[in-house]
Amino acid sequence: MSLKETRINHMQYMEGMEILHDSTIMHEVIDGMNRIDFSSYTENDVKAALSKQVLKPFDFGALLSPAAGDFLEEMALRAQEETRRHFGNSIYLFTPLYISNYCENYCIYCGFNSHNKIKRAKLNMEEIEKELAAIAKDGLEDILILTGESRKQSDVNYIGQAAKLASKYFKTVGIEVYPMNTDEYAHLHQCGVDYVTVFQETYNADKYETLHLAGHKRIFPYRFNAQERALRGGMRGVSFAALLGLDDFRKDAYATGLHAYLLQRNYPHAEISFSCPRLRPIINNDTINPKDVHEKELVQIICAYRLFMPYAGITVSTRESAHFRNHIIHIAATKISAGVSTGIGEHQEDSEKQGDEQFEIADNRNVKEVLAAIYDAGMQPVMNDHVFL
Amino acid sequence: MNRHEDKLILGGKEFTSRFILGSGKFDMELIKAAITHADAQIITLALRRANNAKGASILDYIPEGITLLPNTSGARNAQEAVRIARLAREMGCGDFVKIEVIRDSKYLFPDNHETIKATEILANEGFIVLPYMYPDLNAARDMALAGAAAIMPLGSPIGSNKGLCTKEFIQILIDEIDLPIIVDAGIGRPSQACEAMEMGAAAIMANTAIATAGDIAQMAKAFCLAIDAGRKAYLSGLGRIIHKGASASSPHRVFRTTTGGEIICP
Repeated sequence: MSLKETRINHMQYMEGMEILHDSTIMHEVIDGMNRIDFSSYTENDVKAALSKQVLKPFDFGALLSPAAGDFLEEMALRAQEETRRHFGNSIYLFTPLYISNYCENYCIYCGFNSHNKIKRAKLNMEEIEKELAAIAKDGLEDILILTGESRKQSDVNYIGQAAKLASKYFKTVGIEVYPMNTDEYAHLHQCGVDYVTVFQETYNADKYETLHLAGHKRIFPYRFNAQERALRGGMRGVSFAALLGLDDFRKDAYATGLHAYLLQRNYPHAEISFSCPRLRPIINNDTINPKDVHEKELVQIICAYRLFMPYAGITVSTRESAHFRNHIIHIAATKISAGVSTGIGEHQEDSEKQGDEQFEIADNRNVKEVLAAIYDAGMQPVMNDHVFL
Repeated sequence: MNRHEDKLILGGKEFTSRFILGSGKFDMELIKAAITHADAQIITLALRRANNAKGASILDYIPEGITLLPNTSGARNAQEAVRIARLAREMGCGDFVKIEVIRDSKYLFPDNHETIKATEILANEGFIVLPYMYPDLNAARDMALAGAAAIMPLGSPIGSNKGLCTKEFIQILIDEIDLPIIVDAGIGRPSQACEAMEMGAAAIMANTAIATAGDIAQMAKAFCLAIDAGRKAYLSGLGRIIHKGASASSPHRVFRTTTGGEIICP
């Protein structure tokens, strides 16, 4: 690991990175996160938050606090009520498609990091189309295209071409790739992309600096403002997440919620969603785990997101077990993945995996099995809820 | 007048049912219940869910004889609403369209200004246009002038089950606009549906209230009865309401005047 003094300043934009001079959201989020004191919340604050129709950030903090730990049952009931009110009994399905695992970043917890010795691969357009066709056969209509973060290996045009192909097979196309400038998001929107997911990982800039040692990702504020640039570029929806377990999970969850909340206030048309990832083991490091974020804490966070922003989508990925996912769709999750591989080129039956995985998944079920579980739960799978305009 | 003589007419088409099922919470059980127990004849369809769907699609669940009312949910401006409406027509969904233009993901309030624009364009293209709107008299007049076949004001925020928060303003639309007024969004209980019908609403659209009920079939039936009751009350002419004190239903004294008339003295 490099010494801190030799690493570049993580708060200073690199050349070519667009700065949103008129946006104050990052300062408001960091300020809010720094001021919150979870130990000061009492049982009464939690009860008050649970009795409100529209929650303020203070109430959201109450639901994330240790004091709310004794109210999980009530939180889950209220969350279920709000979820049904806004989403009925629908569960949306999608699958991620990893098209390249080359990466220029050095993030110590990620399997794709440039110092991790794994098998690297990048699919060409012909291979991508084969993967898309294989996935579409299962009936899925919503796809999330992912790459490692390498502007050299997977440039914006490459992602755009992949998105155009994806639009032929899927009605909803999202991306989870490196943050980019507004005009680049606008280009990808023209190629058929309407949803952008960026994980801030941790909102504690000091901690962030110790985890993201090199590459573009090291620049904290550029990553922070990605969703805002995506919306300015014409994207319909944006997704937020902290990778739970990297730092103080309560603060990170609070900052994630506040980030989404402030962005929605500034861009009322934006479709907002949350992901709730916890740390997972990676190739060459099977000891990585989410530390103090056990399933109980994860449920608390997910319910707090739901009650704070009842209309937001909540995605629970295959980082979580089938058991956990089968339960959380009853309470607050609205979108789950199925038939997942986090490696490169694994969807076609007749081809072998070309590149290694980003992390180990915990739920290996295929689309049929996930569909069966949704029906068993008395719920309705929905493949698509979007028309590209 | 029995129900079969008292028809709801939209764009020249006659309906004997005054319950319209929304499709926000898409569910096969709900659609079946609405048709079987609530006599729904019109079902809205979110094109964004039905568009070329492979496998399970809402289109597969709509029986023959039911009029589809495709909506433009997902549209954030008039132009997008127009595009979705045209797509729906191309897909064979007919000429009915419910315009929804929403650029607020939190409360899902309709944008009246853009809705008026979309109404005009689509009515000129021969669509039977039902605009979902925030109950504002000026906007409703503009929609009527633009060629709307009915006006669909919201009772309260969609999915909120809060009932007729906008009651007074809906009453003004009923009194002033010569088109059917269909209360859409926010109706949470059969009693609220009944109240809107008593006020003179032409029909009720609901979804969440039934979709989230413990017993969907039973709730669908309850809505059907409530809507009928409200309609009958409206057609009968409601009795006057005395705000202070009481009014005896049988008069205490009746003076027969010399000219043969009666004067009732409370």
